[in-house]
Amino acid sequence: MSDQPQQTGKPGLITPFNVFAALVLVIGAYLTFVRFTQGLGGLTNLNDNNPWGLWIGFDLLCGVALAAGGYTTSTACYVFGLKRFHAAVRPAILTAFLGYAFVVFALHYDVGRPWRLPYPIFVSPGTTSLLFEVGLCVFLYLTVLFVEWVPAALEWLGVKKPRDIIVNRLTLVLTIFGVVLSTMHQSSLGALYTIAPSKLHPLWYSQYLPLYFFISSMFAGLSMVILEGTLSHRYFHHLMDEEHKAGYNDLILGFAKGASIIMAGYFIMKLMGISADNNWAYLGTGYGLWFLVELFGFVALPSFLYAIGVREKNYKLIQWTSALSVFGIVLNRFNVSLVAFNWQLPAADRYFPSWGEFGISIFIVTLLILVFRFIVTRMPIFYEHPQFKDSHH
Amino acid sequence: MDDIYTLQEFMLHTKSITYILMGLGVLALCWYWWFLSAKDREQNNVW
Repeated sequence: MSDQPQQTGKPGLITPFNVFAALVLVIGAYLTFVRFTQGLGGLTNLNDNNPWGLWIGFDLLCGVALAAGGYTTSTACYVFGLKRFHAAVRPAILTAFLGYAFVVFALHYDVGRPWRLPYPIFVSPGTTSLLFEVGLCVFLYLTVLFVEWVPAALEWLGVKKPRDIIVNRLTLVLTIFGVVLSTMHQSSLGALYTIAPSKLHPLWYSQYLPLYFFISSMFAGLSMVILEGTLSHRYFHHLMDEEHKAGYNDLILGFAKGASIIMAGYFIMKLMGISADNNWAYLGTGYGLWFLVELFGFVALPSFLYAIGVREKNYKLIQWTSALSVFGIVLNRFNVSLVAFNWQLPAADRYFPSWGEFGISIFIVTLLILVFRFIVTRMPIFYEHPQFKDSHH
Repeated sequence: MDDIYTLQEFMLHTKSITYILMGLGVLALCWYWWFLSAKDREQNNVW
């Protein structure tokens, strides 16, 4: 691997981030011990009114939405033929694969009997349930993402034949399968909340929730690819080859343009949702104000900022806007699953996550970042492996 | 807003507004795409 980009100025083991990560891992290990020895009640503020808390709202809903960069990037490259985005496919696939893998990992903390997670797929499928559909899609899509990511690992290990089979024969099939599965489960996550019309605030509840979740996952994915690319260029610049560096500006312009128009469409659809249910009167309430903050501050504003960034070729503005968009998606999923959920309950019965729940979520995100770093510093993610150059799709 | 007593009145009221919004939305999106792509057209000399 002598031809790969040089790793100059390799930092030592004791860095501020490593020390922070080690601390988080120790606390996370302790919290994990508490969770699995004392049950959900020992660590969380979940109760019969609020059986889904931070771990569903953040780890699952946000995790799945932000991992949408995998299907958006591979579709842009392999289905729409935008080969200039090719260098971004591997990092996006890796982010999506790790995102989904850690969604499933986080789910082990949240379900009462995690060892029964495979049951809905292999033992007792509840085919009439939306959760079954979500579970099946996530299970299948995680498998698809794993197969899409495996060539990087095989190149690293120097295994040629299986890698060639996947890259040359399966790439397009896997991409199409991934889009179909993503369309299904991204929207189904929204559809889950349509079974609770009396619990979810009318401004967030809509018959179009599945559509909202799916459309918002598209710009979440595009924004996440821009943000992940920005951070990677800052911290892993020395690992990138020339193709990756050269195509980066073009990538963020293209993706920002896509995200901007999708966000504008999403904004209009949200207005139509209010209109279809005649919920205008709620806009004058406190919840209405919060809804408008989300809609204008984290949908309309980033859409407009992306547009300005694209028109002026202002890369810094696009990069900052991607962070704003990602935050907006997190806010939206929090609003649906936590803030606007059970809105009619008295304050004493409302849910607020415990420190333990925050701790586990931070632990899982830190673990994800560490695995991401482990992989990109070893495998050909930001560069083409010298032995396999020009054998990509 | 006039009082709404029946489902038919509700549907007529909400759908009328929603369809107007849809029309305006399509026009707004077309304009937005034009605004978004202005520099590309300038670069390629296409108007």
